[in-house]
Amino acid sequence: MNSWAIIQQSLPMFEKGFVLTLWLSFIGIIGSIIVGLICSLLQYFKIPILHQIATVYVEISRNTPLLIQLFFLYYAFPVIGIKFGAQLCGIIGLIFLGGSYMAEGFTGGFNGVSKGQLESGKAIGLSQWQLARYVVFPQGFSLSVPAMAANIIFLIKETSIFTVIAIPELTNTALDLIGMYYRSNEYLFVLVVAYAIILIPLSIILTLLEKRVRYGSFGN
Amino acid sequence: MADKILQVAHLEKYYQKRHVLYDINFSVDKGEVVTLLGPSGSGKSTLIRCLNGLEPYQNGTITFEEETVTPTEKNWQQIRQKIGMVFQSYDLFPNLTVIDNILLGPTKVQKQSKDAARAEAVKLLKRVGLEDYADSYPRMLSGGQKQRIAIVRALALHPDFMLFDEVTASLDPEMVRGVLNIIKDLANTDNMTMIVVTHEMNFAQEIADRVLFLENGKILEQTPSKQFFEKPQTDRAQEFLDSMDF
Repeated sequence: MNSWAIIQQSLPMFEKGFVLTLWLSFIGIIGSIIVGLICSLLQYFKIPILHQIATVYVEISRNTPLLIQLFFLYYAFPVIGIKFGAQLCGIIGLIFLGGSYMAEGFTGGFNGVSKGQLESGKAIGLSQWQLARYVVFPQGFSLSVPAMAANIIFLIKETSIFTVIAIPELTNTALDLIGMYYRSNEYLFVLVVAYAIILIPLSIILTLLEKRVRYGSFGN
Repeated sequence: MADKILQVAHLEKYYQKRHVLYDINFSVDKGEVVTLLGPSGSGKSTLIRCLNGLEPYQNGTITFEEETVTPTEKNWQQIRQKIGMVFQSYDLFPNLTVIDNILLGPTKVQKQSKDAARAEAVKLLKRVGLEDYADSYPRMLSGGQKQRIAIVRALALHPDFMLFDEVTASLDPEMVRGVLNIIKDLANTDNMTMIVVTHEMNFAQEIADRVLFLENGKILEQTPSKQFFEKPQTDRAQEFLDSMDF
């Protein structure tokens, strides 16, 4: 069979993997943003105990590979009686990883609000909470959009590691097909194209969004 | 005796080990305009920032309207509503329109009704000639316009007392006049009490009732304005005046 026919035959399987990759990424990204936001708020307001917990979580999460986190969830947790399905494991793992990256992004944004802005807010008598609500958060979110965009792209790429716990996403689909038919060139080609179809348009959209938000908040 | 609106006694300020303000003593009467003059790095800005709690100080007391300030963040928060401050870099909130910049303090901090506050804000905008810019964002304004809005933002809280920290230092020369005229008008028409840090000697001479001359964190002299510009008490101040072009 020629390469083109091989590729065509594999497309329905890749389509399933494609949809699953998108779906898992989507849930993982939303979850990461929520976890990240919570952690960064705990840290911003220095909520006793909880902010230390958030800091420990962020450090552990950022300084261990997703691969190991997934092994832990998938193979170690059942030993102590906690069992997840593979996909749930993948999502939890991705959120565990992404939450800390998003938290760092938001925190960076909040810290990036200029001292002059804080002082002029204080000078008109804003309380700490009002300063956060009207000055730090709106500007900090805008400042954190580039980090958030980079994290979104990063998390989508990280889903390829799900293959180690046998989630049939894109990478797993390609590796399976290669295992069955030994046509590495064709399947890897499709795999690369499939990721590019997701990531290139997304990164263009995110760059446009960054510019818009930046202009909307800061006028440059 | 005139009402003392502000009294500063034995104020000392350190940045870590560096001593930046030495035994600062002065007071300001109601309606008085005091300018802080002195070379760069003399501590003028640091001093004016201590007066509304943006800089902590390590010793001494600040008494505002007969009450000695206990310098906690909560107390300062209350007091700052009565002290308007305008900065060199304007620092309007870029995410809010001009009118929302102005209304933030009156509506959120002082809980004034939105309509009353807005009417007042529009009046103030008219006064500085910017009523057409109420719904613009700060990015659409020139430096001089931004600074005028920053003054309005401070005035909207009905402060008893204004601090101006080198408010024309980052403006184009042609914008400076407009901003200075507004400050002068505040002093003359409203009889506003104010402390002004400036490098504009002509302006200082026109507006000040009294000059505090600072060098190296110490007040070298406190002299009525007329006398200061004719014949200051210290040689150092004379040298300073000679070095300025005006």
